Amino acid sequence: MSADAVRFSEERLAEIDALVKRYPGPQSALMPVLYMAQEDFGYISMEAQKMVAQVLGLRLMQVREVVTFYTMFREQPCGKYLLEVCTNAGCMLNGAYELADHMCNSLGIKMGETTRDGMFTIAEVECAGACGGAPVVQVNNIYHEKATPELMDALITQVRADGGAA
Amino acid sequence: MISSDPKQVKQICFDNIDVPGMHTLSVARKNGAYAFLPTVLKDFDSGKIIDEVKTSGLRGRGGAGFPTGLKWSFVPRNTGKPTYLLCNADEGEPGTFKDRDIMRFDPHLLIEGMIMAGFALDVQDAYIYIRGEFLHETNVMNAAIAEAYEANLLGDNILGSGYSMDLTVHRGAGAYICGEETALIESLEGKAGRPRFKPPFPAVEGFYGCPTVVNNVETLATVPAILEFGGQWHASIGVPNNAGCKVFSVSGHVNKPGNYEVPLGTSLKTLIEDYCGGLQHGTVPKVIIPGGSSTPWLTAEHYETPLTYDDLMKAGSFLGSGAIIVMDETADLVALTHRLAHFYAHESCGQCTPCREGTGWLERIMKRVEKGQGNAEDVTVLGEAATHMAGRTICALAEGAAAPVLSLLKYFPEDVQARLAEKS
Repeated sequence: MSADAVRFSEERLAEIDALVKRYPGPQSALMPVLYMAQEDFGYISMEAQKMVAQVLGLRLMQVREVVTFYTMFREQPCGKYLLEVCTNAGCMLNGAYELADHMCNSLGIKMGETTRDGMFTIAEVECAGACGGAPVVQVNNIYHEKATPELMDALITQVRADGGAA
Repeated sequence: MISSDPKQVKQICFDNIDVPGMHTLSVARKNGAYAFLPTVLKDFDSGKIIDEVKTSGLRGRGGAGFPTGLKWSFVPRNTGKPTYLLCNADEGEPGTFKDRDIMRFDPHLLIEGMIMAGFALDVQDAYIYIRGEFLHETNVMNAAIAEAYEANLLGDNILGSGYSMDLTVHRGAGAYICGEETALIESLEGKAGRPRFKPPFPAVEGFYGCPTVVNNVETLATVPAILEFGGQWHASIGVPNNAGCKVFSVSGHVNKPGNYEVPLGTSLKTLIEDYCGGLQHGTVPKVIIPGGSSTPWLTAEHYETPLTYDDLMKAGSFLGSGAIIVMDETADLVALTHRLAHFYAHESCGQCTPCREGTGWLERIMKRVEKGQGNAEDVTVLGEAATHMAGRTICALAEGAAAPVLSLLKYFPEDVQARLAEKS
């Protein structure tokens, strides 16, 4: 990605101006603005972090500290579909590890990896807060509860058949 | 609609949870939302609201169980600084999933509770700090807030009362520690979520150094019913010192996992057998974690314990967030403890040495033990490390990390010994 590409649109900048006003200080807008960067650019590169720091009048270090502390901010690109399998207590007791293994096999990759076509990334995550529907898989942040190997295979097949159209 | 007769009450926060379309203002209003709000804004003042909440016996539903009215009464007045109200919706304690349902199915109940709490505390700016994974819930909350603004239930001069309050939803980004109230405040200030040393407590010096009240979603969602029906009404539900209803999130090896709101004092056994359809295997649980993964385990001998803050403490654990993880005889407790040790090591913020180092030790040793590569000394070190972490850190994460390990060693030493004997 070239440096030129890492610029918020005018609409985004207006949105950020309005957002900053909702807090006592501009630094409070940092996390929402990082989400905007991730949504607009796919991930939060060093260039994007520098730009966010500039937009909010923060030091780069203040941005770095937040980006690296929170797991949902990504400094690297990931697949078009991010499959996040919860393996914490409630899901583990209901077959999450077996499900995770099955999904890795179906995708032909190991946990944490991305398929060669850039379509899928699979990751193990901590408790998703939906243990009543265990096991839980988030697909681009959409919750799939009581997930089964069959349902996940169907989802993967469907995405591949659609050529990854979102 | 909630009955004003406490004996009839089965649900408070979840009273309308199954009503289709309840997340929209029109349906919410048809079911009583905001009906009593004008009376509160007109006829109640701060003192009366706080008194009613004190009388109600409501205790914080997020985990600590601190009396809500008392917390509110600690906020200093006329400091010349603004007071902030923060709703803790960072529902991350493994096993907990109740606040999610309130937010996605009945968001106006939370908004109404926040307006009432904000009015009592003279708050102009309130925030809902919601965990980042809850994207759908964030969208539902934001849509409900937009409708509330449109109807002059939020913003300037609410319903012509002269009281104004803004409400903003703020997403976290996947850090469990931000559920701790001072870490939440740090995070809302745009920093890494590292808990602050207390005192000063947030009530005096919180968000941007100003008086701040942090309340859980379920706590705030209980406030409208308390003000409408009175503190005495709420106090008469449940059992003394444990008033009201509580939403229990039940997961693990039960046939019907889910959220069930029952009066405090209902027994574990009743909840699991009458509401959750019993166990997947067998008739008596092997382990019950009663209040989220950070609370000490209970076993078969505690099956009939009434679900109250006091009874669970007597049994050696805590009511916590009301997240009950049930395990039957098929559970691999050594593997589960290793998984939880991994969780706490991953989520430790790293600022206190006993926690940063200790959680890593617990994880590495549990991994060895699970793989059958452990030895007798590992078990000794495990117990010592877990014991020495607790109480030596700024926040309670270290105690939460120690709880599963100490519970495993206390109740199931034979499971650990069996793993050691597998050693090749």
